Amino acid sequence: MIYPIKISKRDHLPRGKVLLIRTSAIVLSILFSGVILLFFGLNPIRIFGTIIEGALGSQMRIEQTIIRAIPLTVTSLGILVAFKMKFWNIGGEGQIMIGALFASFVALNFGDLPKPLLLLLMAIASMIGGGIWALIPAAFKAKMGTNETIFTLMMNYIAIKFITYLQFGPWRDPSAQGFPKIPNFSENGVLPALFGVHIGWVVAIVLVAAVYLFMNYTKKGYEISVVGASMDTARYAGMNIPSVIMTAMFISGGLCGLTGMIQASAIEKTLTYGLSANYGFTAIITTWLARLNAVAVLFVCIAFAVLLQGAAFIQSAMHVPSSVAGVVQGVILFFVLGSEFFLQYRVRLGKGSGLFVSAGKEA
Amino acid sequence: MSAEAAIRMQNITKSFGSVIANDHIDFAVQPGEIHALLGENGAGKSTLMNMLSGIYRPDSGSIFINGEEVHFSAPRDAIKKGIGMIHQHFKLVDIMTARDNIILGQKSSFFTRETGLNKKISEISDRYGLDVNPQKKVYQMSVGEKQTLEIIKVLYRGAHILIMDEPTAVLTPQEIGKLFRIIRSLKEQGCAVIIITHKLGEVMEISDRITVLRKGRSIGTVNTADAEIPSLIEMMVGRKVDLKIKREALSAEQKKELLRLDAVTVIDKDGKAALDDVSFSLNTAEILGVAGVAGSGQKELCETIAGLQIAEKGRIFFNEENILGKSPREIIKLGIRMGFIPEDRLGMGLVASMDIIHNIILKEYQSQKGIVLHRKSSIEKAGQIVERLDIQTPGLTTSVGKLSGGNIQKVLLGREIDSNPKVLITAYPVRGLDIGASYKIYDLLNEQKRSGVGVIFIGEDLDVLLELCDRILVLTGGKITGIVDAPKVSKEEIGFLMTGGMRSGGVSS
Amino acid sequence: MTSFLAAAIIAATPLLFATLGELIAEKSGSLNLGVEGMMLMGAVIGFSAAYHTGNPVLALLGAFAAGALGALIFAVVTVTLQGNQVVTGLTLTIFGTGFSSFVGDKMIGQSVPKTVQSFFAKIDIPLLGDIPVIGPIFFRQDVFVYLGYLMVILFSIYLFKTRPGLNVRAVGENTAAADASGINITFYKYAHIIFGGGLCGLGGAYLAIVYVPMWQADVVNGRGWIAVALVIFAAWNPTKAFLGSFLFGALSILGMRMQSVNINISQYLLDIVQYVVMIVIVIISTHKNRKEDLPPGNLSESYFREDR
Repeated sequence: MIYPIKISKRDHLPRGKVLLIRTSAIVLSILFSGVILLFFGLNPIRIFGTIIEGALGSQMRIEQTIIRAIPLTVTSLGILVAFKMKFWNIGGEGQIMIGALFASFVALNFGDLPKPLLLLLMAIASMIGGGIWALIPAAFKAKMGTNETIFTLMMNYIAIKFITYLQFGPWRDPSAQGFPKIPNFSENGVLPALFGVHIGWVVAIVLVAAVYLFMNYTKKGYEISVVGASMDTARYAGMNIPSVIMTAMFISGGLCGLTGMIQASAIEKTLTYGLSANYGFTAIITTWLARLNAVAVLFVCIAFAVLLQGAAFIQSAMHVPSSVAGVVQGVILFFVLGSEFFLQYRVRLGKGSGLFVSAGKEA
Repeated sequence: MSAEAAIRMQNITKSFGSVIANDHIDFAVQPGEIHALLGENGAGKSTLMNMLSGIYRPDSGSIFINGEEVHFSAPRDAIKKGIGMIHQHFKLVDIMTARDNIILGQKSSFFTRETGLNKKISEISDRYGLDVNPQKKVYQMSVGEKQTLEIIKVLYRGAHILIMDEPTAVLTPQEIGKLFRIIRSLKEQGCAVIIITHKLGEVMEISDRITVLRKGRSIGTVNTADAEIPSLIEMMVGRKVDLKIKREALSAEQKKELLRLDAVTVIDKDGKAALDDVSFSLNTAEILGVAGVAGSGQKELCETIAGLQIAEKGRIFFNEENILGKSPREIIKLGIRMGFIPEDRLGMGLVASMDIIHNIILKEYQSQKGIVLHRKSSIEKAGQIVERLDIQTPGLTTSVGKLSGGNIQKVLLGREIDSNPKVLITAYPVRGLDIGASYKIYDLLNEQKRSGVGVIFIGEDLDVLLELCDRILVLTGGKITGIVDAPKVSKEEIGFLMTGGMRSGGVSS
Repeated sequence: MTSFLAAAIIAATPLLFATLGELIAEKSGSLNLGVEGMMLMGAVIGFSAAYHTGNPVLALLGAFAAGALGALIFAVVTVTLQGNQVVTGLTLTIFGTGFSSFVGDKMIGQSVPKTVQSFFAKIDIPLLGDIPVIGPIFFRQDVFVYLGYLMVILFSIYLFKTRPGLNVRAVGENTAAADASGINITFYKYAHIIFGGGLCGLGGAYLAIVYVPMWQADVVNGRGWIAVALVIFAAWNPTKAFLGSFLFGALSILGMRMQSVNINISQYLLDIVQYVVMIVIVIISTHKNRKEDLPPGNLSESYFREDR
């Protein structure tokens, strides 16, 4: 063997093989997670079994899983719009919080309005809030080229600290016997249920369709894709790049903000500083796994909701920390990120003899 | 010639995906020989040499250096065997000094401060007549200086086999003369020098032997003394071709002023004048060539006319309307049809990851009404362009980035011509294309000229500029140093203008 | 004021380690956004080792190894498999967060053994410690702080005076050129990413073992991200990284300090100051003109030699 490993760029890969490589990555990642669990003295089969059982084992658990899938899906759609433009919006957490803040402001001050009107106003307010929060870094990126990664991230901390301040300070409920919490919304400010789950699920499905159509069938969606692929080409085509960046980020932040409204209204029934619950970060993983496709986002988010709900279940049922979900999520994404290499390149052992890739023989 | 070849490559094969770049090639170079590797773009010259310098690994075949078989898995292995490659796109770290670039990656002492270093560098410089200031940062250097630095760098690493990939592409005729003197002195010191090129005149002037590659195969090796240009062309292209470019002289009444630049100045982000007081006019039915050393303001010139670059001052008249400061969108709204083929095709003119249809839409969608993106007319148009320009593609939904260089250029040119422009700006439209594709592009440009379009042709090959263009404008450091009638001027005169010599009088317009 | 600044040095030390760790990875062209995750991995393993063995050296070695392990995952995915650096780094943060709260679950609320605490007791450096103002601030600190000073000096010498330092700068600046110059790109990238990860792990461990010193799940609490931003602030220069860490160490304890001296501003609002300052710095750094202050040229790009 003169050249032990040979790597060459692939021309074209048939669909079936792409699917095979991706699937094997996920299967391998789950096996690998199992090994990690074994290392910590846990029985992986039991853990995974209990996760599935805890997420899908009864109607109530399925409802709980859906409740987790809703914020994840809506946030992921927001992240998708930004990522398509290669704008690394990791400020989803903050945009969720500010969305929730704006919605709460409406709910706490105009709680007497009729339910449909109040909910509509809350939704609009949350989208404006999240949108504005995303527009701040977007404006600097558009006008000055400021790095958005750190900017959006710092905006998270500002939002969370500010809401903590409100919760412990001016917005604190005086009737809560010293317990630092913000007053609950009036009944009119709470999302109604449909088939056992709050109607956020309808919103999520409608938004999946809307974002899919927007990205693929509108001029603005096309512009966002071109800006993401090449700024220079967008400039060459005469696009108004700052306007594209700002529009996309307003939509991105607006969708994250709407997540905040949904969570505040349907889950917490008030504003709390822990409301974003890491959805802004998890959505980055789900969006990437869905390869920035809105329809795929829905399915990936449901799968992740199963993982999250199952992890919460094993915490109570088996006293295994729910943070195991974070470990498993990380491992899955590491494998999927790594597997992209095998889609781009062909890896062979020896002088063109044996084939090494998990995908098997090259067509 | 000694019995032991400095380099012997046997039966080398290398493929990229389904493209076979080198197909069972044999190649040998003797010590003290200047060997030209001749072939069209895409013939496999750089691929072959990249295997010799450790960048690529061959799929099969053997390489012998001074009779000893070698297996390179990285450039450092090749460096150890005394091979140094000077790439077409220089591999230098811009923000570092010449000295740091020279010692980069070299073992010896742990600390960089070493007194012997400067001595060794000046020793090499003196021996081969090279001249570079070791303390100068690369980003402050001219193209010629960077090339000299690359040569010192490989010599410092003890190279006795030097490979130069298209070394003359970016040089003025005067700089080429200097480079050739350096190459001859390397030969006298016993080095083997391989020059990758497609320029026949230079091959005849400098080389001892010539190996011709075509479509990944070696066609043969000849002694330069026995070679003749027409037979070399036939070896390169595979058939007899006349390398004359047709230039039709159109009668004077067909020419009227189309575009006029008046004292245009553009300041770049470092605060320097990228275009300095540039004034000229472009007529209908002419091809106006732009010559100049790379980075003399060509890019800024194109982008300023196309409305992509903000100018400090000046005016640009199109039919007596000043369009300077207007965005591309506003220019289109004025009914001014302008086509622009930028230098960086995939980075600027096209979106590599999108298919042909979505690249055609790029110039159309803004005139569509409403918010919905309509694809239908673009699909038709894409089909027509593919057919008319004979674009080789699996389909209209193939990503543009997957096509070959020539076909990518045709997509771009096809789209721009399709809008029936009045002015067509083309920057290096044949860069990286083989002879057949290049001549197809020249034909298309001549066709545009016949139909009355004013074409601006930014070029790098002075022979092409002289044959294709009606007039040639020379840019030096952002200034126009001359506008000359192409049929009445020599290559050396243009070279003189490119290095900053002002032409006294006789400027035509 | 002196005691405030002395406390700021302690708050700055974990930031400094993480910033230097990220800095050295970025110099090799790798934007590793997993600092927070690596700090947490280092924190939990370091704390666990300290808690179970009572041996401070083992704790530090464990913390370094844990951070380095996180960085190794990053290196395999981004260098060998050429995965997207931004997403891989974020994933590392999520992984590390999960890992630390999973591993540390049973230790919540536990504190560090006395043997370890005494190892990190304040040491007064003779002569230097007696200098007015400067002495009490800088030279009456624990051994870890001094290790931080040493790191800054060693980093400056390494990067700007040695050949490996020159080489790693070339790798980050222009990978193809470095490769053609005969530098082993893969080795350089792996080595610097992993060493950087180890430093991040040490930074995390300092928080858990010395700064708090008790195990709590969110012990790093965003400092990893501050470190990523500090690298930009420092313009990839170790000395400026020290200044930046000092500044943000001070800002991060501002809220608590103000409260303890009965100044009636909400601690949470004061905490916001550091993030706002960081944003302002990121904005200002957009306007750099000196080429030498710009990020490494090939930062966050993967490199495949045969790419044409």
